[in-house]
Amino acid sequence: MAGSENITPTPGGPKQALPPKGFLTWYGGIHRLRDLHLRGGAFLGPGLLWLSVFLALPTLGLLALSFARRGDFGDISWAFTLENYRRLLGYGLFGWSPDYLIILGRSLWVGLVTTALCALLAYPLTFYIASRPPKTRTWLLFLLVVPFWTNVVVRTYAWLLILSPQLPPAKIMAFLGFIPAGAPLYPGSVATFLGMVATFLPFMALPLYSSVERLNWELLEAARDLYASRWQVFTQAILPQTRPGLTVGVIVTFIPAMAMFVVTDLLGGAKYMLIGNLIQHQFGQSRDWPFGAALCLALMFLTMLGLIFYRRYAGGEIGAAGSGRGKETRS
Amino acid sequence: MTGQIELGLFVAQVQKSFGSHKALKGVDLEVRKGEFFTLLGPSGCGKTTLLRIIAGLELPDSGHVFLGGRDITRLPAAKRQVNTVFQSYALFPHLNVFENVAFGLKARNVEPPEVRKRVVENLEMLDLLGLEKRYPHQLSGGQKQRVALARALVNNPDILLLDEPMSALDARLRAQVQEDLRRLQRAVGQTFILVTHDQDEAMVVSDRIAVMKDGLVEQVGDPREVYSKPRNKFVAEFLGAANIIQARRDGGRVVTTLGSFDLSTAPQWDEGALAIRPEHILLGDAPQSDANWVQAEVREAIYRGQSLDLWLAAASERNDCLDPLRLRVRTHSKGRLAPGDQVSLFFPPEDLVALENRSLTE
Repeated sequence: MAGSENITPTPGGPKQALPPKGFLTWYGGIHRLRDLHLRGGAFLGPGLLWLSVFLALPTLGLLALSFARRGDFGDISWAFTLENYRRLLGYGLFGWSPDYLIILGRSLWVGLVTTALCALLAYPLTFYIASRPPKTRTWLLFLLVVPFWTNVVVRTYAWLLILSPQLPPAKIMAFLGFIPAGAPLYPGSVATFLGMVATFLPFMALPLYSSVERLNWELLEAARDLYASRWQVFTQAILPQTRPGLTVGVIVTFIPAMAMFVVTDLLGGAKYMLIGNLIQHQFGQSRDWPFGAALCLALMFLTMLGLIFYRRYAGGEIGAAGSGRGKETRS
Repeated sequence: MTGQIELGLFVAQVQKSFGSHKALKGVDLEVRKGEFFTLLGPSGCGKTTLLRIIAGLELPDSGHVFLGGRDITRLPAAKRQVNTVFQSYALFPHLNVFENVAFGLKARNVEPPEVRKRVVENLEMLDLLGLEKRYPHQLSGGQKQRVALARALVNNPDILLLDEPMSALDARLRAQVQEDLRRLQRAVGQTFILVTHDQDEAMVVSDRIAVMKDGLVEQVGDPREVYSKPRNKFVAEFLGAANIIQARRDGGRVVTTLGSFDLSTAPQWDEGALAIRPEHILLGDAPQSDANWVQAEVREAIYRGQSLDLWLAAASERNDCLDPLRLRVRTHSKGRLAPGDQVSLFFPPEDLVALENRSLTE
């Protein structure tokens, strides 16, 4: 039989089956190593180029800019100075004031609270969606994405309308005595977080849903079977399994929430100055680009710090918690 | 309630439906304290549902579950002295072996020194010492299964439930684990209830077996009883190969197309079916006129190493029988038989079982 010749271990036979020197197999194909490197480079190249040109270079530019000085007419004078950072820390023309630090702290606070509220709301929401039949699930996820179709400014103006004195929410609050009659429900921190959560909930819910959908329910049952309380079921069975989704949700919510100024501006009023507003001011009205750059870098630093903190104390690596997921089989 | 029921588990008229599918259609069971009980049946027979009801992970639509004389039907899983070894083991991936085993004790606020002592005891019993710091993904299938066992047993449950715990193991390891499991149950003396679709596994480990089909219990008995005295065709065929022969009663004897037979236990019906295991039919040379002897021709011989399986066409007593009855006989693998050989078969009266009449219509 001709076919059996390939399998029979004859001298020289197996050697022929090996790829020649300098070649290797890669997912069923036989390639030269150099070609594979080239191909990898070709795939990686465009993305790398894009990030270098539009992210890495501008960031380096910002770094350089943050050590420059504002010229008298809002131009940039290239002289190395730490003035912008000193100013950020509160050392200004009129002695020390914590204004900028307060703004930074407040931004951090707004980012943290928004992220926490979103996570708190996203858990029941995603469990509800995941528990629906497949067709309903698709619709609910679609509804979750619908707000993305409208600009955030327009959506926030809609909130102003909803919270206006003429509509039921404000009227009810006035009736209950929380606000004076005829007053709107904005500006204030309640309105701010209402708007922030409405804006960022999909950012948290979508990645979390991807984890909840693949949940191994047997672990929840095992926890119950082993006398766990409801809280222990959450911390021991649900949280470890949904941590990858939660981590992604925290990152994509926290970063933009820290820098958000549209929602906070409109719903929080002018007294709630955040770092987002401040940066916008430096590049806009004040024309103080070097100080704006320093603020940008401070924001990046704070965000990094927040994420490092999260990873150290809550998150773990993205995707790592999913590695132990059991096979979900039941006859 | 009698004393016996107070001690063990008692399932009374349990029904459960999922939508229009009736998973359990009124199951009655009694599991004695300290026995190894097996729920055996094909997939979809309701055995896992019944196990989950006993565990408290599912509520029955009607009926009751008693444990130690107490009605536990509506008691949540976390309040039952019943622990489960899940099919996929359901070990907590973020906890190491020690923490997994300690889970149930910690959840009930047992003092740390006591937790440590009991966990170590159980790890030792299941040969897991030295693996305390490993995480589930660093364990082999057999180790995971033993951790799951330790995690359940450490709580000293009244009943240990095992949901197809061997299905993820390869065949060789499975045979080993079955024997280990039986020894373990003897050693700890706790009540074990196992769910399986593997009849060999059920026979190896069990004190008693309940054979289930379509949400009902077909027969309960010790392995020998269920295997050699099946009540109906389903039980006969599910527990191994069986020859089913149509028959009618004629005085003290039973008449079939193969001839007339003596039975040690007379059938309850006038017309019904007989069952006999392939290995219970004996080959020999005999006066063919005698009752319980049948002449047959070998059609196919299958060598299986430990046995030789023969497919035989039995010579019918009546010549108008167009399709000769096919018989399956399992004999010594030393025998050298080839298609075309003529053999005489003896059907021992004590091995011929009259099936219940219900089986005729199935």
